[in-house]
Amino acid sequence: MKKRATREGIVWYAISILILVVMLFPIYWMFMVSLKLPEEIFKSPPVWFPSKPQFGNFAVLFTEGDVWSLWNSLVIAGVSTLIAMAVGTLCAYAMVRFKTGGDNLAIWILSQRMLPPIAVVFPIFLAYAVFGLSDSYPGLILLYTAFALPYVVWMMRGYLEDVPVELEEAALVDGYSHLSVLWRVTVPMARNGIIATAIFAFVFSWNEFLFALVLTRTEVITFTVQISQYFGSQSTFWAKIAAMSVLGTLPVFIAVTLLQRYVVRGISLGAVKG
Amino acid sequence: MSAAAATQTKAGRPFWAGRRGAGLLFVGPAVFVMLLVGLFPFLWSVVVSFQDITGSNPNGDWVGLANYKKLVADTRVWAALGRTLLLLAVALPLELILGMLLALHFQAERPFKRLFVALLVLPAVVSPMVAGSMWRLMFDHKFGPFNQIIGWIAGEPIVLLWTVKPHLAYWAILIAEVWQWTPFMFIILLAALANVEREQLEAAEIDGAGRFRVFFRIVLPAIMPVLSIAVLLRALDLFRIFDAVWQLTRGGPGTKTETLSIFMFIRGFQSFETSYTAALVVVLLILLSATVVFALKRMEIAR
Repeated sequence: MKKRATREGIVWYAISILILVVMLFPIYWMFMVSLKLPEEIFKSPPVWFPSKPQFGNFAVLFTEGDVWSLWNSLVIAGVSTLIAMAVGTLCAYAMVRFKTGGDNLAIWILSQRMLPPIAVVFPIFLAYAVFGLSDSYPGLILLYTAFALPYVVWMMRGYLEDVPVELEEAALVDGYSHLSVLWRVTVPMARNGIIATAIFAFVFSWNEFLFALVLTRTEVITFTVQISQYFGSQSTFWAKIAAMSVLGTLPVFIAVTLLQRYVVRGISLGAVKG
Repeated sequence: MSAAAATQTKAGRPFWAGRRGAGLLFVGPAVFVMLLVGLFPFLWSVVVSFQDITGSNPNGDWVGLANYKKLVADTRVWAALGRTLLLLAVALPLELILGMLLALHFQAERPFKRLFVALLVLPAVVSPMVAGSMWRLMFDHKFGPFNQIIGWIAGEPIVLLWTVKPHLAYWAILIAEVWQWTPFMFIILLAALANVEREQLEAAEIDGAGRFRVFFRIVLPAIMPVLSIAVLLRALDLFRIFDAVWQLTRGGPGTKTETLSIFMFIRGFQSFETSYTAALVVVLLILLSATVVFALKRMEIAR
């Protein structure tokens, strides 16, 4: 019996490791390319491990100023996440505690999230051209806020429902207004959920490509748009693509790893309580 | 609840002190932002879709339903729609089945399982545009490792032009897509499996039901609500697929991998057929909104 159990275990680990190797290989490859010398990148057959790993590809991004695109991504994703969290939490609170809007409002908000971005961004593009909002921080921040809102509302609905209502009622009896109950009682209780929601909302905005591609020209290019520009009709700058991809992906990996226990809820739009 | 609202809205107190007033006030900003970015530009495109605005003709004349008629007759739209649906029809079942197999495998409680699961989720949180770039690196016919690995398996060097040949480009997109989103299915299904009641499973085992019977009779029905939400989310995501396709093939060769989103992007933002794209936007938004609302109501996702 014991023997069979260990053999099963070995098989399980072998399969698991094989799965991981296959699934993580593209990520490994990108990291390796970012560390290669330019001539190694274009070798055939390909080099699986750089002979002298170096950070020159990253240095180029700094000296040529391409890292500004990461800063733009940070500002746009960061500010829009903050606004969406504030506005979305208020909205979710009213939906949970006061049943404002009922099921119809909830469904309408969720349906906003499910529409194709290209169909949403085209009308925005027309409107922004008139109001001069294209290629500006406010324009993108407004769009990303609206884009993040359905997600924040749905996630926060779940987390706020878990806050015991008795504490809020006690505070109301003490003469607190609804807003200060939310701020002083509910928000501290739901802190973990708020942080998790904010980070996932940030990651979605950080990863976004289509909106940024359509609405930026030169001023506020995000890092995903920057990567797309390395594909030329004549030549493709693989070293830069790999290095920029690593810089844009590492923060996300770190955030998601730190938030492991929220991952299921986070990526499933709160559909599953993880 | 209305009684509570009535007692709280005493004379002389501002309306937001009551539950109803506060509710409207709290919901207001979010609804305002979404309407500002959603409804207002949408109405604008409805107007534009009845004109003939293009890049070279910014002040269009009224043309009635001409753009919509052109749309129905445009074989390129239908081809793009067909391609999108084909991709959806192949990728979605693949992601579902592979995700389910992974979830069943990683259901086992073993040391380091959490680490494995955490690592396996990483593809799903990579930016789809970065994922497209990574696969472009992988698929490069000369210095990418994909052809080399196939060559090892085949026993002879193989050169396949993954992003150039029409059929291979389709497979390239499919592989990238399945790679990125199978972990999404996996993580959701894994959580759903963990919530299946132990007693029921044990009872079935005592009754001597086989593994397949237990899975199809007990496990599957139990996770059905979660599974259908996951399928809905993925289906809608696949329907609007853009980033990875753009980075892998830009819709090419020719229009062979042009999905609906790519088609709209090219028409709207590269050849500046403004009114024509607007017409497509209007049709798509109306059809999809109806579908989404219907599906959500059917699933009673809003509780």
